Amino acid sequence: MSDTILRNTALDVAASSVREVNRALKSAAEGAFEVMNPGGAHALACGLYAPVSVTIKGHAGYYCAGMNKEASVTVEGNASTGVAENMMSGTVRVTGNVSQSAGATAHGGLLVIEGDASARCGISLKGAEIVVGGSVGHMSAFMAQAGAMVVCGDAGEALGDSIYEARLYVRGSVASLGADCIEKEMRAEHRTQLADLLSRAGMTADISDFKRYGSARQLYNFKIDNAY
Amino acid sequence: MCGIVGLFLKNKALAPELGRLTALMLHEMCDRGPDSAGFAVYGGGDGRAKLVLLSKTGATDWQVLKDNLTAALSAEMDLETLHDHAIIRTDADGRAVRGWIIGNAPDVTVLSLGKNIEVYKGIGDPDRVAEDFGLTQRSGTHAIAHTRMATESAITTAGSHPFSTGADTCLVHNGSLSNHNNLRETLVSHGEQFQTENDSEVAAAYLAWRMSEGDTLNQALEAALRDLDGFYTFAIGTGDGFAVLRDPIACKPAVIAETDDWVAMASEFRAIAPLPGVENAKIYEPEPAKIYSWSHAGEGKAA
Repeated sequence: MSDTILRNTALDVAASSVREVNRALKSAAEGAFEVMNPGGAHALACGLYAPVSVTIKGHAGYYCAGMNKEASVTVEGNASTGVAENMMSGTVRVTGNVSQSAGATAHGGLLVIEGDASARCGISLKGAEIVVGGSVGHMSAFMAQAGAMVVCGDAGEALGDSIYEARLYVRGSVASLGADCIEKEMRAEHRTQLADLLSRAGMTADISDFKRYGSARQLYNFKIDNAY
Repeated sequence: MCGIVGLFLKNKALAPELGRLTALMLHEMCDRGPDSAGFAVYGGGDGRAKLVLLSKTGATDWQVLKDNLTAALSAEMDLETLHDHAIIRTDADGRAVRGWIIGNAPDVTVLSLGKNIEVYKGIGDPDRVAEDFGLTQRSGTHAIAHTRMATESAITTAGSHPFSTGADTCLVHNGSLSNHNNLRETLVSHGEQFQTENDSEVAAAYLAWRMSEGDTLNQALEAALRDLDGFYTFAIGTGDGFAVLRDPIACKPAVIAETDDWVAMASEFRAIAPLPGVENAKIYEPEPAKIYSWSHAGEGKAA
């Protein structure tokens, strides 16, 4: 199957294996691909490392576009657990909702979720940017170290628990803040960053409606006396 | 990891398709739980009590059991056998039959009792279990199925899901409970009878007990949120209803899809993907600690 796949073609998950589809995507240095009949299959468009463009026509399963580097992946539907997990660069866009741990540990790139994200969105974020058009579930941005997360809807319980240096922007309500996470002042640099993120995500929202949250830097690990 | 699926039909015209659709869903969850599988089908009945029994040894003399039951309960018993299972239909009180078997037939496990429900289980490949017990040909109003990756107790047929202890009530579970030993003792003191060491049987018995005390399904699930400790995504069936519940941390996956014709729940979307009309379904992830339930009496509306 993989021998016959040409660039800029539609790859059909129903007619071949996920492994064959991913192999075809990874063999391309550029080009645009459509992935048909995803049917919730796992690990679609995982581990891409070239500036290809991939559109998944339907719902994706676990770890879609995981470890993404340089590629631009769009899911026209929902994505399950761990979309864009450990992304390094590039863009991942989901037009529907996503399940838990979206963008977990992602180092770079932009993850756009047009619908809602469930629990643990941006957990252990390491530098990537996440923009969510809807709401995020509980324990989102847990231990987020670097990067930014924009939530145009509401945030669930324990937002930003044990957060380090990531910046969180939430338009709606926050059910509760996690340990050591506090509301912070929106300065000019933050408004600039927020406007830029919304613009790149293709979302329109009044930035004056947002509040910023981040670390109070009061936990044990922030005290120099506790350093090794 | 385990795989769970549930299908609740709103459109009665789909009843003959229930088993086939459930088998398609179960098939997609095989690799989440290759150790064993089981399913519960609510297919109606003739008004008599119906018990599905499992021979733990595979060598039970069902005719002898039937004769002993007939004598002990002074009632007619109709017997049907299917592989290592048997189905008893009787006008006697189903609970009394269950109690007699648990007390007197140590090689037999009662998999289900009720006027509507039938539960079938087997170890090994879930597709083969479905085939052995004719899931595809079964019709009914709703069904629940499970593929198991064993964690809390041994891989046995009796330890496979669904678990059913009360009439027409059953439960499948992905997760593990941490307070099941304590809760089992409490339930035993209330007269519940257990047949395995499995934590999920305790959850099933807990709900059955609450409902036998007068709780509605939703009230029983409210109480379960308070009294059950551990990880869980449950799918629950009753004679007329279907429910989904996740613990407050919600580590164990779940997705619900709903159309005008059906409500489907599964560990993953790929189990829902083969259903007819799925492209127009409303698809969402059930929220932590929130009760989702449907009943035919309530015309398939979420509670």
